[in-house]
Amino acid sequence: MTELHYSLAELVIVAAAEAWRNDGEILATGIGPLPRLAASLAKETFNPALQMTEGETWYTTRPVPPGPRQGEAPQIEGLANYDRVFATLWGGKRHAMVAPVQIDRFGQTNISVIGDHTKPKAAMLGARGFPGNSVHHPNSFFFAAHNTRAFVAGEVDFVCSAGYNPQRYRNGSAPAGLDLRLIVTDLAVLDFSGPRHAIRVRSLHPGITFEQVQDNTGFPLSRPEHIPATPAPSADQLEVIGRLDPNQLRKTVFKGDPPGDRRAA
Amino acid sequence: MLSKLDKRLSIDAIVGHLSDGMTIGIGGWATRRKPMALVRAILRSTLKDLTVVSYGGPDVGLLAAAGKIRKLIFAFVSLDHYPLEPHFRAARQAGLPVLELDEGMLHWGLRAAAMKLPFLPTRVGIGTDIIKQPIFRTVTSPYEDGEELIAMPAIKLDVALLHVHRSDERGNVLTLSPDPFFDELMARAARQVFVTAEKLVPTAELDLPRQARYNLIERTLITGVAEAPFGAHPTSAAPDYQLDLAHLKTYVDSAASPEAWAAYRKQFIEVAPESYLAAVGGAGKITALPVPVY
Repeated sequence: MTELHYSLAELVIVAAAEAWRNDGEILATGIGPLPRLAASLAKETFNPALQMTEGETWYTTRPVPPGPRQGEAPQIEGLANYDRVFATLWGGKRHAMVAPVQIDRFGQTNISVIGDHTKPKAAMLGARGFPGNSVHHPNSFFFAAHNTRAFVAGEVDFVCSAGYNPQRYRNGSAPAGLDLRLIVTDLAVLDFSGPRHAIRVRSLHPGITFEQVQDNTGFPLSRPEHIPATPAPSADQLEVIGRLDPNQLRKTVFKGDPPGDRRAA
Repeated sequence: MLSKLDKRLSIDAIVGHLSDGMTIGIGGWATRRKPMALVRAILRSTLKDLTVVSYGGPDVGLLAAAGKIRKLIFAFVSLDHYPLEPHFRAARQAGLPVLELDEGMLHWGLRAAAMKLPFLPTRVGIGTDIIKQPIFRTVTSPYEDGEELIAMPAIKLDVALLHVHRSDERGNVLTLSPDPFFDELMARAARQVFVTAEKLVPTAELDLPRQARYNLIERTLITGVAEAPFGAHPTSAAPDYQLDLAHLKTYVDSAASPEAWAAYRKQFIEVAPESYLAAVGGAGKITALPVPVY
């Protein structure tokens, strides 16, 4: 039997799709090509009840490929204007996977500024919907480059989305809506199931060691006794991903589109 | 006194109604349905020290680059296809004072003002650095739950500037795009509302019996209306026309140096609204722009 070839991007898509496996009928939002393809894969395979938009204003029956449109116009099944998206997210019926610039040991993330908020070294987007998202519905994260500039020591420079930091809550407890799920990176899949929601390594991408992940993280990671390898995509999954991404945007995320299995040949 | 029912004004006359230090809400969202002809007219005016409230795009970038903003109330400034707005970044990194909000908080603040309430309670902001900004207070639920919530203060506007698709001379307006964003709340939060419209038409042509869903606000809220064909360019006013991605690139490049900005300003800002259209390629080109992919 020949080994399946798959790229790191495809490994990440398959791992990230798991975020939505048990969510039932909710709005799935994936920001950026890989999270969006991951949500699309989840919808096309194991959770068809997910609702997704075409990236702007409409819910569509099937996931819409990222990038230039080809073929028939997508079938629309509803309006997703911003007012309704806010209503949906405040109601908790959404799970977003977003790509912040920084994350800390509490799962607090930042997309606003690097440096001081009054006179930043680098101004980025602004907090966008991160504060509201974080305390109302489940959130997962994608980082294309797992390193200590992204996984910072201490706290992120400007906390845009709330995390499991007891000092920031009256009585130490976060709002009931705070529910951080997965972190998918170029090295590993992590979650928040360590002691007191500490960030734990859930699986290592093939050829990556725990030490590599820890060395690229600015805070101590929770290490379970046994860490499985991130599952390789199946032939079926690779076929579906190819169909969901005819513009091959997945090849543009990691420099050189490296293979997903980085074990020495 | 007879109220004036013919509310037609020129774009420059609208700007003449504005004054230094005002708090101005700008409708639309990032690269969609921004009242850009009005924004350019503000750049040509002597107006200064504005507090600008916006789901920000090139409106904020232009006003920031021209030094018109004293304070920015925002949740993001983005060009979508160029996520980081270069003029906004430069201003922010030079210390432009801001009140940074979550997108929904901005909505909530406008809604509170629209309802003439001092604040609306929300969980948004809890656990983040947003609420460390000195304006914020908390409120405790008086009911059994006793939950501590953020009291999002009303964002009262002196003026809202909006771009719509159709209007009659009385200010009965139609916003035909699928997403109206929060223009309605901006209007209700403001003391005065000025709109630019792609086309001024007789009331009957608004076809309100069929189009009433696109009529976001009552004419009683509207102070003045100016006809401004392609008045949202380079942002979109779908379905009439789409985002001009090529011009957006030109705009982004204008932040590369003071010379580039001066050249952009000369070519696209310091021109009469009628000449702007020719400068950006003409009506035929803009109406033929393809639907962008978000």
